Amino acid sequence: MKIHEYQAKEIFTAFGIPVPRERVAANPAEAAMLAPELGMPVVIKAQVLVGGRGKAGGVKKVESADQVEVVAKNIIGMDIKGLRVNKVLVSECVDIKGETYVGIIIDRATRAPVLMASAAGGVEIEEVAKATPEKILKVAIDPAAGLLSFQARNVGMALYGDAHCPTGAAEAKLAREFAGIAQKLYRIFLAKDCSLIEINPLVKLGSGSLLALDAKINFDDNADFRHKEWEEMRDLSAEEPTEVEAKAAGLTYIKLAGNVGCVVNGAGLAMATMDLIKRYGGEPANFLDVGGSSSPEKMVTAMRIILSDPNVKAILINIFGGITRCDDIANGLLAAQKMADIKVPLVARLTGTNAEKAREILKGSPVTSAETMGDAVKKAVALAGGAK
Amino acid sequence: MSIFVDKNTRLIVQGITGRDGAFHAKAMKEYGTNVVGGVTPGKGGQQVEGLPVFDSVEDAVEKTGANASIIFVPASFATDAMYECIASDLDLVVCISEGVPTMDMVKVLDYAKGRKTRVLGPNCPGVISPGKAKVGIMPAASFKPGCVGVVSRSGTLTYEVASQTSEFGQSTVVGIGGDPVIGTNFIDCLERFNADPETKAIVLVGEIGGTDEERAAEWVKANCRKPVLGFIAGQTAPPGKRMGHAGAIISGGSGTAPEKVKAFEAAGITVVYEPDEIGPKLRAKL
Repeated sequence: MKIHEYQAKEIFTAFGIPVPRERVAANPAEAAMLAPELGMPVVIKAQVLVGGRGKAGGVKKVESADQVEVVAKNIIGMDIKGLRVNKVLVSECVDIKGETYVGIIIDRATRAPVLMASAAGGVEIEEVAKATPEKILKVAIDPAAGLLSFQARNVGMALYGDAHCPTGAAEAKLAREFAGIAQKLYRIFLAKDCSLIEINPLVKLGSGSLLALDAKINFDDNADFRHKEWEEMRDLSAEEPTEVEAKAAGLTYIKLAGNVGCVVNGAGLAMATMDLIKRYGGEPANFLDVGGSSSPEKMVTAMRIILSDPNVKAILINIFGGITRCDDIANGLLAAQKMADIKVPLVARLTGTNAEKAREILKGSPVTSAETMGDAVKKAVALAGGAK
Repeated sequence: MSIFVDKNTRLIVQGITGRDGAFHAKAMKEYGTNVVGGVTPGKGGQQVEGLPVFDSVEDAVEKTGANASIIFVPASFATDAMYECIASDLDLVVCISEGVPTMDMVKVLDYAKGRKTRVLGPNCPGVISPGKAKVGIMPAASFKPGCVGVVSRSGTLTYEVASQTSEFGQSTVVGIGGDPVIGTNFIDCLERFNADPETKAIVLVGEIGGTDEERAAEWVKANCRKPVLGFIAGQTAPPGKRMGHAGAIISGGSGTAPEKVKAFEAAGITVVYEPDEIGPKLRAKL
C-alpha cells in the first residue's frame, strides 16, 4: 500500500526527521489561506500516488500570494498518469545547496534490509541504478543488530566528504546528521512495516543542515493485520473500484485492456493463463485469482466484476482443483448465470478435485467445456472475436 | 531417492486443531506420509484424526521423534511457529500460511542461519516426493513416482506443470512460495536435484519479480549436469501491479519476464512457453 507524501511526512515528523514547514490543502481556497503564514514564495505539490508528478506539471513554485489559488486550482483535479489529484501540499521554499538520495528496501537476494544512498539526488533512483549503478551506495543491515551508527556515518562521509581532501568539520557534521536521519528511517521502516521508505531529495540547506524535501513510504500489505490505522490512510480514489470490491470478497482482480475475461485459481496459473491468451492472439481483460477456497458465492462475485467491464467478449474459467473444488466452481457458474443474464460465451476448463461432478453439473448448460488449458484458451480467444 | 521428504520423514502438523490443519493432516496421512502428531498450544493431550496433539514442538519431538513440521496457523502466529521448529532442530519446516510480513520472514531466516532447520515457504503449497511422502496441500492425484524434479514459485501452476510430466513421473515437486523473502530458493532445490540420482531432468517454474530466476540460471550454467526446462509466468503482467503473489511484481523496470527468459536461454535452459509443450520437450531430452 502506498501513502501520500504529506502522510509520510507526518510519520517523519513524529520520528524526528526534519521536513519543510508545510500544510496540506484539499481545495484552492484552503491553499490560498495557508500560503501567507508559510511566507512567500511557496511550492505547491500535487499529492498523487504515482511518480513523475514534476514532469507532469504537478509541482509549481508560486511567487506572489494572489497567484496561489490559481495555481492550486490548476493542479487540483489534474490527471497524472491516470490518477486524479485531490490534494496539494503547500510548502515553504527552502534554500537548497545540494541534493542526495537515501532509502531502505528489503533486498530479496540477500534476505536483508539494505540502506541505499546516492549523491545523485532528485532524480528517479531506478534511472540512476540503470545508467550508473556505481553511483549508488549500498549497506546491508543486519536484522539482529539493526543499522549501526558507523555504517550510516560512513555512508554520510562518502556522500558529503571529498575523496581528495581531508574530511573537515563541516563534512563530519553533515555525515553525523545524515547518520541520524538514516537510523530514524530504519526505525520507521521497522515500526511501520514498510516495504520501501525513501527521501528523494534529502537536501542540504544554506544553513548547513539536512532536510527531507520529499518523502515516500510504501507499506508491506502482509502486515495489515497489525496496522488498523492503515485503513484510514488508504486513498481509495487512487484504486480501481472493481479491484477494491474484489478484495473485499477475497478475490484478487486487476483490470487490463483486453477482451478475454479470465477466472483462475492461483496467481501463477492466472498469470500463465493470461500469457497463453496473448500467445494465441487474444488480449486478457483481467487478472483474477479466486484464491484457495472457492464458494459458489465467490464465483458469482467474480463473474459480476468481470462483466462490469464492457470490453469483455468471452470469459475463460481455468481451474486446477486442489483445495478449490471444481463442483463449487460449476455451481457458482450456474448461479451467476441465473442471477445475471450473461450474454458473453463462457469456456470452462475444470480439472483436479471433483472435476467429474463439475462436468455433470455443467451438462446441458451453454458453457463450452475444454480438456486442456491450451484448448480452453484457443476456444475463448475464438469466441471473443478471434486472434488479432 | 528424492529430495527434502521421503519415507524417513516424521511429520508434525502445527495448527492441527484448526480446519485446514485437520483436513490436511488427514490427507497427508492417507497419502502415506508418516504423520506422527500435531501441535496446538493449550490443546495438548487431545487427539485429531487419531493423532496425538502436543502443547509445544519441543514436547512433540521428545515424544514422537518428529523431524519435520508443516504450519497451518494464521500469518500473525506463523513466525513464532517457525522459530519453534528452528529452536527444536527439526530438519524441515514447511510454512503453508500466507500473508507473513516480509520483515518477520527476514528475522526468522536470520535466526535460522547456522542452525539445522531448512525453512520452505511461506505462502507455498509444500513438497511431495510421490509414493513416499506428501508434506503439503497439493492434490495427490496430479503426481506419480518418477524421474522429473519440479521446483516452482507457484501453487496451482505447479500442479498443472507436474501433470504435464506424468509420462515420466516426478522424483520430488517443491513449491518454494510466491513471497519476496522465502526460506528455500531455486538454487537450494537445483543443488539437491542435481545430486539426486533418481532425478533425470528438472523443470523450473518461475514468475515475474525479483532476480531469483536469473541467479538460478547462472547456477545451472555453472553446475548443472541434467537437462533443465524453464517456464516463466507473467509475460503479460503490467509493471507496478502486484499479481496476487507478494513477490510477483515488476518494479523499477526489473523482474520482467523477457529478462528471465533471456537468462534461461543464456544458461542453456530449454524455455517452455505453454504447459502443453512440457511433455514433448522432456521426451526430446530423456
